[in-house]
Amino acid sequence: MTLSTLGEPDYRLDDSTPAQWPAAELELAERIAPLPRLLAGLAEAGSRQTGLTAHERVFGPLPLPWDTWVDARGWNLGDSRRSGPGRRSRADRSRSASRAAARLIDVVERSGLTGRGGAGFPTGRKLRAVAEGGGPTVVVANGAEGEPASRKDRVLLTRVPHLVLDGITLAAFAVGATRAFLAVHDEAQLISDLEATVSARNVAGLDPVPVEVVGIEPRYTASEQTSIVQYLNGGPGLPTFTPPRTHERGVAGRPTAVNNVETLAHLALIARYGDHWFRQAGRQASPGTTLVTISGDVAWPGVYEIELGTPVGHVVHMAGGPTERPQAILVGGYFGSWLPAGVAWPVPMSHPGLREVGAAMGAGVLVVLGESSCGLAETARVLGYLADEGAGQCGPCIFGLPALADAMADLAFHGDPAAAGKVAGLVPLIEGRGACRHPDGATSLASSALTAFAHDMRWHAERRPCYGVRRPPLLPVPPDVEYW
Amino acid sequence: MSVRLRVNMIKCTGHGLCAELMPEFIGLDPWGYPIVPRTDVPEDLADLAPRAVSDCPTLALLLERGEHG
Repeated sequence: MTLSTLGEPDYRLDDSTPAQWPAAELELAERIAPLPRLLAGLAEAGSRQTGLTAHERVFGPLPLPWDTWVDARGWNLGDSRRSGPGRRSRADRSRSASRAAARLIDVVERSGLTGRGGAGFPTGRKLRAVAEGGGPTVVVANGAEGEPASRKDRVLLTRVPHLVLDGITLAAFAVGATRAFLAVHDEAQLISDLEATVSARNVAGLDPVPVEVVGIEPRYTASEQTSIVQYLNGGPGLPTFTPPRTHERGVAGRPTAVNNVETLAHLALIARYGDHWFRQAGRQASPGTTLVTISGDVAWPGVYEIELGTPVGHVVHMAGGPTERPQAILVGGYFGSWLPAGVAWPVPMSHPGLREVGAAMGAGVLVVLGESSCGLAETARVLGYLADEGAGQCGPCIFGLPALADAMADLAFHGDPAAAGKVAGLVPLIEGRGACRHPDGATSLASSALTAFAHDMRWHAERRPCYGVRRPPLLPVPPDVEYW
Repeated sequence: MSVRLRVNMIKCTGHGLCAELMPEFIGLDPWGYPIVPRTDVPEDLADLAPRAVSDCPTLALLLERGEHG
């Protein structure tokens, strides 16, 4: 299938309200209005990847104008092959592409879409900043899920990759990018599957800027956006000091939009169905749906699509409910915070909702900790892992994280009465002092553990046995890491 | 005009010269790395700030001038 068979020459992304949608598009939108949205293609494909045909049957074609093309100077709208009196100049075609791109950015801004990688920055504002940077720009899709408890990006990349690739192409169109990258974990199978998907799309003429799949080291600090940019520039995959910010000077010194792959998948749907449709799910302040990865003591751990604002307890029940009485919930993943189960249960899964209780969305991770586990032991293991995972660049992280992990291990495993004070004392010496957010994630986890497990802490300090310590670890950490 | 100091922690190797020069403003953590408050440098120390920046052996200290919110 090629773009020219898709017909519609005009970009109708502006003011697309359901009433103005053509019947065919409306029918499609209604079909996918209920949840799931991003994962709507899964039913078509069973346990396999959703192919291009199934993808287009479920979501409709990529909503790029049929006569879009790219040259070294940027994107153009209008057939370059046409000659004679109707032929428009290159400047005209390029202006017309910028207008259509600006309308796409407007729709994304109105939708209220925010980044799904963790920081929750407004996507429309990011795209606009890059587009206004001028000259050819670069788009990077970040699918290198650095959060060990998250699986959502992997689900998107392995099951509905066309949605992600649609999003990359639309983002490239929006910011006028002449290069596009998809950064994923450096795994042979994943990369060869994605490359096959990319070439199938290139044969179909779907992506005017071919997407380059790049494998990066599967660790958190390598998946940070400045690390990916430095790696693409030929350097090591390590975070860099900002400024310059990526959206000002990124890959090859050009303004670069780095977006999480889920964000781009949402963008692919917003470009098709508009901002009104997007806002039909979620809450006023946090519209749309989001993917969450839920694990721990629940019946059916996995990746679920929820409306933003769904209470945490409701999400736990979507995953079949707790398998034992929950004691605490790790919200936001290894770089997130522990909340006592009773506190977490009614809290809406959204940036504002979680901020109110001192937690954060992160990449939408929930881990349910049952009563038979020891939260301090779990935290100590994860802190040991995080200390090992640092980029080794910033002093407070190089020395602070192992000290923090040791203090937490003393508290959990050795009943050291002074350890809790040590943990609390180390937090302000580490927090906010690194070039990236890695150390802040560890301190957030540690200090939330002191609050959520305050009762256990007294128990441990009095050297009484805690049976939870002997339970097999609930939070997975790679097996080759020494914890204590 | 207000002046702020910022450390590029990737470059900083903990020589501690900045803390020696401005002990009233810059402290050191247990590992010898500077703790620089994220507030304006007090006016009576403002003259020392550029010297701290230029004296840093790894050029890890940055001066930010202007209005800060």
